[in-house]
Amino acid sequence: MTPPPNSDQPPAKANSFRQMPDSHGHFGAYGGRYVAETLMPLVLDLEREYRAAKADPAFQQQFDDLLEHYVGRPSPLYFAERLTEALGGPQVWFKREELNHTGAHKINNCIGQILLAIRMGKTRIIAETGAGQHGVATATVCARFGLPCTIFMGATDVARQQPNVFRMKLLGAEVVPVDSGAATLKDAMNEALRHWVANVHDTFYIIGTAAGPHPYPELVRDFQSVIGKEARAQMLARTGRLPDLLIAAVGGGSNAIGLFHPFLDDPDVAMVGVEAAGHGIESGQHAASLTGGAPGVLHGNKTYLLQNEDGQIAEAHSISAGLDYPGIGPEHAWLHESGRVKYLPIGDDEALEAFQLCCRLEGIIPALESSHALAALPKLAREYDKDQIILVNVSGRGDKDIFTVADKLGVNI
Amino acid sequence: MTRLSSAFAKPHPALVTFITAGDGDTAANLDAVVEGGADVIELGMPFTDPMADGPAIQAANIRSLGAGTTTAEVLRIAREFRQRHPQVPLVLMGYANPMVRRGPEWFASAAAEAGVDGVICVDIPPEEDDALGPALRAAGIAPIRLATPTTDAARLPQVLEGSAGFLYYVSVAGITGKQQAAQASIEEAVGRLKAATDLPVAVGFGVRTPEQAAAIARVADGVVVGSALVELVGEHGRDAPEHLRKLTTALAEATHTAR
Repeated sequence: MTPPPNSDQPPAKANSFRQMPDSHGHFGAYGGRYVAETLMPLVLDLEREYRAAKADPAFQQQFDDLLEHYVGRPSPLYFAERLTEALGGPQVWFKREELNHTGAHKINNCIGQILLAIRMGKTRIIAETGAGQHGVATATVCARFGLPCTIFMGATDVARQQPNVFRMKLLGAEVVPVDSGAATLKDAMNEALRHWVANVHDTFYIIGTAAGPHPYPELVRDFQSVIGKEARAQMLARTGRLPDLLIAAVGGGSNAIGLFHPFLDDPDVAMVGVEAAGHGIESGQHAASLTGGAPGVLHGNKTYLLQNEDGQIAEAHSISAGLDYPGIGPEHAWLHESGRVKYLPIGDDEALEAFQLCCRLEGIIPALESSHALAALPKLAREYDKDQIILVNVSGRGDKDIFTVADKLGVNI
Repeated sequence: MTRLSSAFAKPHPALVTFITAGDGDTAANLDAVVEGGADVIELGMPFTDPMADGPAIQAANIRSLGAGTTTAEVLRIAREFRQRHPQVPLVLMGYANPMVRRGPEWFASAAAEAGVDGVICVDIPPEEDDALGPALRAAGIAPIRLATPTTDAARLPQVLEGSAGFLYYVSVAGITGKQQAAQASIEEAVGRLKAATDLPVAVGFGVRTPEQAAAIARVADGVVVGSALVELVGEHGRDAPEHLRKLTTALAEATHTAR
């Protein structure tokens, strides 16, 4: 059957990019279930339960209902007129994920996962967080559904993200500072996994990005795909056509895969994932796993990692805490190798500049994560004509980042 | 008969000891546990992100990597151990990434060349066996798998398929060196595992004292002690060998005379 032109989701084609992962959770050579035996039965349970939920219209209905009335979806599709003018090239549009409840795309996934947790009869929730955005989103859904919640957060991040720590506490979560390693996101994830292994019987782990052992990369992508499905339908409704280029920032890669996935089989839609280049790839202080890393195994999946020749994991660096992770979701590793999506490194300084430009031209304070996507615009816009359309995912709002930005700009607040 | 099967064919249960490579004077530490009576040696490969380990072994990993331990160094420690102790089985234990970094075949042949008998990879379950298992088998190294309290009867055959050397029963759902399992649950689990396999069953996680070791040795083929030894290395540094020898002697006596 040919889909109607305004279909929000075309069926996957024979040579589809949308049929991954395979039944073992592999995206080509990437993904999989590299977990300790203790977790394996639980991970298999989760997969079974997710398949059942996916086939259950009641589950989908509850998910959609919460996204509409609790999260505030659909998020707007917005024509960034002044930014377009300033660039002097193609039309720039924003998908406004920063307008969601809790201020970022993270909540989409948390709603989906907490519904799964309840379906599985789990009574406690744990999560890891870097900057605190996923922690806040998790604490939010736990408050909404009355489940106790423990958030693991690197001690370094706890110190530099006090407002989010307080938000999580207000929402009733317990925040556990993690002192191991560099005491950042990677260490928080290690500690969450350790806690999970010891509490598998009653605990559900809400992973914040499209990574980890199968089926997490798939289910996080599916929950986040609401971004791309909406954007596709909204763009067709508003302009009668599809965008020519999609741009999204990639840390673990959940906002990017959420935007990209529904467009993967539209051959005329190009896609660029923006990795955090920190102080520059050559400096060694960055978080660009695809550009500056190599394939390896960490946190339950095979993917590109920042690591040395012995397979020891390197510390990532980015001005954006949400991109400050030495790995990337396995589907991105596969899309990178297949060539369907291009990945571009953008450094701290470029992101900082784009952050300020967006504030001044559009009256939108974007998250530093999203600022990386915006910073790719000048480079990429040159290749497009005035009548073409670039869609940027503004994945989160930047209120949380004003202290970091002030510090970088030498302003005392 | 392999070195591993010989160790479990002794007339008494086996004491299996874990030491992190590159933490302190590893050669001296290993010699001390052998002199104390350890039957099987597990040599931990340090990793930056030891997700299944508790504080004691995490700290040992940090100390080892902080001292600059490389994969080449771990293999050198293994090779020299093999030269000093031609008959004592040696098992490398660690995480997937350092093992597969240069390719599984490279690792398997380097380990075999160093005289390693078995490999325990914490984060490669049977589902991902292709990532390392075939290379190990081709090199004549036993892939030693873990069974846990969450490994149910339906799943157990999959864990056993392709396992060799011995079966490592992780007695608690948790991380290394924390709480100890109830004796009754260990007895029940070991009985279930032994009914399903001819492989020797060694029990570990949370075993610290000779009394605990003796209780486990009454029902299992082997007892694994790790964190308690690694803590001694952390506490005593270069002076660790005499403390290791003392604790291992007590553990070995309790294990060997349990039945």
